[in-house]
Amino acid sequence: MKMINEAKALIKENIRDYGMFIALFAIVVTFNLLTNGMFMSSRNVSNLLDSAGYIAVLAVGMTLVIVIQHIDLSVGYVAGFLGAVAAILLMQQGWSVFLVIPVILILGIIIGLFNGFLIAQLGIPAFVATLAAMLIFRGALLQVTEGTGTIIVQNSFFNAIGNGYIPSLMEINSVHVTTLLIGLITILFFVYGEIKTRADRVNYNFEVVSVPIFVLKLVFIVAIIGYITYVLAGYNGFSWTLIIVLVVTMIYHFITSKTVLGRQIYAVGSNPEAAHLSGINVKKVTYIVMGSMSMLAALSGIMYTSRLQSATTTAGMLFELDAIAAAYVGGVSSAGGVGKVTGAIVGAIVMASLTNGMNLMGVGISYQYMIRGGVLAGAVIFDVLTRKRGK
Amino acid sequence: MAEKILEMRHITKEFPGVKALDNVTFQVEKGEIHCLVGENGAGKSTLMKVLSGVYPYGEYDGDIVINGEVQQFNTINDSEKAGIAIIYQELALFPDLPVYENIYIGNEVKEKGIINWNQTILKSKEMLRKVNLKVKPETLIKDLGVGKQQLVEIAKALSKNVQLLILDEPTAALNEDDSENLLELILALKAEGITCIMITHKLKEVVTIADKATVLRDGQTICTLDAKKGEVNERTIIKNMVGRELSDIYPKRPEKAIGEPVLELKDWSAYDQQLGRHVVKKADIQLRKGEIIGLAGLMGSGRTELALSMFGNPKNYKLKGTLLINDKETHFKHTSDAIKAGLAYVTEDRKGNGLFLAQNITSNITVANLNGVSSNGIINMNEEVTVAESYKQSIQIKSSSINQLVGKLSGGNQQKVSLSKWLFVSPDILILDEPTRGIDVGAKFEIYTVMNELIDRGMSIIMISSELGEVLGMSDRIYVMAEGKIKGEIAAEEADQEKIMELATQ
Repeated sequence: MKMINEAKALIKENIRDYGMFIALFAIVVTFNLLTNGMFMSSRNVSNLLDSAGYIAVLAVGMTLVIVIQHIDLSVGYVAGFLGAVAAILLMQQGWSVFLVIPVILILGIIIGLFNGFLIAQLGIPAFVATLAAMLIFRGALLQVTEGTGTIIVQNSFFNAIGNGYIPSLMEINSVHVTTLLIGLITILFFVYGEIKTRADRVNYNFEVVSVPIFVLKLVFIVAIIGYITYVLAGYNGFSWTLIIVLVVTMIYHFITSKTVLGRQIYAVGSNPEAAHLSGINVKKVTYIVMGSMSMLAALSGIMYTSRLQSATTTAGMLFELDAIAAAYVGGVSSAGGVGKVTGAIVGAIVMASLTNGMNLMGVGISYQYMIRGGVLAGAVIFDVLTRKRGK
Repeated sequence: MAEKILEMRHITKEFPGVKALDNVTFQVEKGEIHCLVGENGAGKSTLMKVLSGVYPYGEYDGDIVINGEVQQFNTINDSEKAGIAIIYQELALFPDLPVYENIYIGNEVKEKGIINWNQTILKSKEMLRKVNLKVKPETLIKDLGVGKQQLVEIAKALSKNVQLLILDEPTAALNEDDSENLLELILALKAEGITCIMITHKLKEVVTIADKATVLRDGQTICTLDAKKGEVNERTIIKNMVGRELSDIYPKRPEKAIGEPVLELKDWSAYDQQLGRHVVKKADIQLRKGEIIGLAGLMGSGRTELALSMFGNPKNYKLKGTLLINDKETHFKHTSDAIKAGLAYVTEDRKGNGLFLAQNITSNITVANLNGVSSNGIINMNEEVTVAESYKQSIQIKSSSINQLVGKLSGGNQQKVSLSKWLFVSPDILILDEPTRGIDVGAKFEIYTVMNELIDRGMSIIMISSELGEVLGMSDRIYVMAEGKIKGEIAAEEADQEKIMELATQ
């Protein structure tokens, strides 16, 4: 009884954090029932996560941009343009893929710093500044693809980013062993990390959750990681896309939750004036966040070009809106200062699951847009309501 | 016995975990000025929010009776219809709209849904005359001082035929002149039959103006004092507010060890590029180690601007003159440089530019010195919690835990968080801008005590304050500012209120 009460209190306190996980869980179960288990089949899960990849990395960056009370509308066409530049450098200039990727990422950072210059230095509203950039890069994308039309990329290494899977050491009954190993290592690291955090807190004499709840939480999360690993191992294993998204998420999660820079980002988002008076360089933070956003847009462009194995004239169209939607569904607050990177990833998966699930069910595209719009509105309503209740 | 205009019976209002009001009974007679006093968090504001319909009927227990009739307010509009108007500490005006639009906003002068602007201007002139405010109705609100803005708020209330006017700390942001004006106006309104409830921390005002004073403590009515019976005096009020006798409001420092100059300004001017005028003109100031200097002056005399101009110049003024820190000429490019050099600035506007209201106490305390709880840019969160806990203990921040959001704390506790944040920087020179504005007597005393402890540890303090008592009680030396200039310097032993006011109004 005591345990149930504690669990209840915990959920109530963290409803904002757990809300979207619960929503995702509900969506997954519903689609799985409606499609007779097709939704959670190895092949479909693998496909779903890969299709969410290039939006997920954008959503991570967008979350930080929204946290500091700005917006970036240019990310879609920046991704499209830089994806095309990557294709040109690979196919027409004959550059090595190991050179192309860092160059594209650096170009992304430069574009982001320019956005940052307009916003932080000149004080132009982010909406307008990045709207201008969006138009410019839409034009730039057309310009570079005008002569050739679609540029086909024939580079197996580059194309593996969006389509390939990590190599398998061996297969037992067609189960992907490397994937299982990585899953196992992740679980071990996670359990170790959680136990260490708890032990540290105990050392400091801080309050911790009771042992049964702690174990329950561990078992629950381990079960989820284990299940997803198991499902993916049944198809081709982890894709490179998934690995990239996981690495980006881990790095950004670490920065936002554990570092001085992360704390400064949330401080600037929460109250820019107070941040300035606290000795935080608001301009620098804005530059960093906008720079990181466009770097992730460059990464997204690489992933998208690789996935299609070609650069097209319309690449990147509406990516920015998908990324913004994913960030909001993931719990970022329009008031600034609130929002988590992990939330953005879940948001991106929720939106991708909706598309994927409805495709499996054969729902018409017109209804799909309406339903996704409804989910987005619902997520923001949830945000507003939980914030009110918090007061 | 006079007629009761308002009776609040057995009001109880609970928030999750806290009983903000506990069986409060509050009666106001027609035509009286009734002051509501109590420490921060005593429930004054909550009571007024219940009365004005911010917390709708059903969210509280008990009855609101107006002119003998039980009322059920669901919105602020309902209470306005019943003749109640409430003016909050933070004014609710639109800075970019003219005075007349502000007065009639939400209550437009219209025929068939179309606004008659000429009529509006004409009527607003009448209202401005009633509050004795001599400005053109076309003036934009942002071009008026806080004192005049307050009068516009009152004019707005009068335009709605208010019977019962509630003022929440109306003089907190006003200088002595404007405060006096306002109190006179309230008396004039009383003569016209308007009843007034005033929440205030300034007990002198209560003594001057109140017919009755009700003291709240911890969400309960303690007593209602009657001026006719001679009960309204500072001692009695304070005793009831805190439940103990305060022998001395300003704690004494036993020994003073004043050393070398740590901060000096010479010929210091600051030009505000947005306002297009000088906000500080040729100021000369010296602060010595172990000293508290008081910076007195009226609102808008340039005290805050002076502080900001030496604290890394966040408003980007054009600066002229010399700033010496420990006898070395210094130029700060950013607030972070000033902090590194040992300065700290505790703002007067803690909600606006001091605190991160949506973040918890811990994050607020460590934000200005994140390097103090991190290594290689990575924060040690357990260390951080330890730091926050230690300040919660030593400065006595009253909260359920250090994870509480700062926005949910009372004013006094917010100020303590703001102070803790700057103490964690361990500065040599602490600039306190209105350190006790809007906080209760008990918390004030605690903050004064902390100031003395800091001086003992060799810190130096510049205290900007509009409360003359505080300036006289705490400072070793006093500078008086007016119109951006330092008008004079007075040693504490020779200073009195008249001397300061004389310089401030030159």
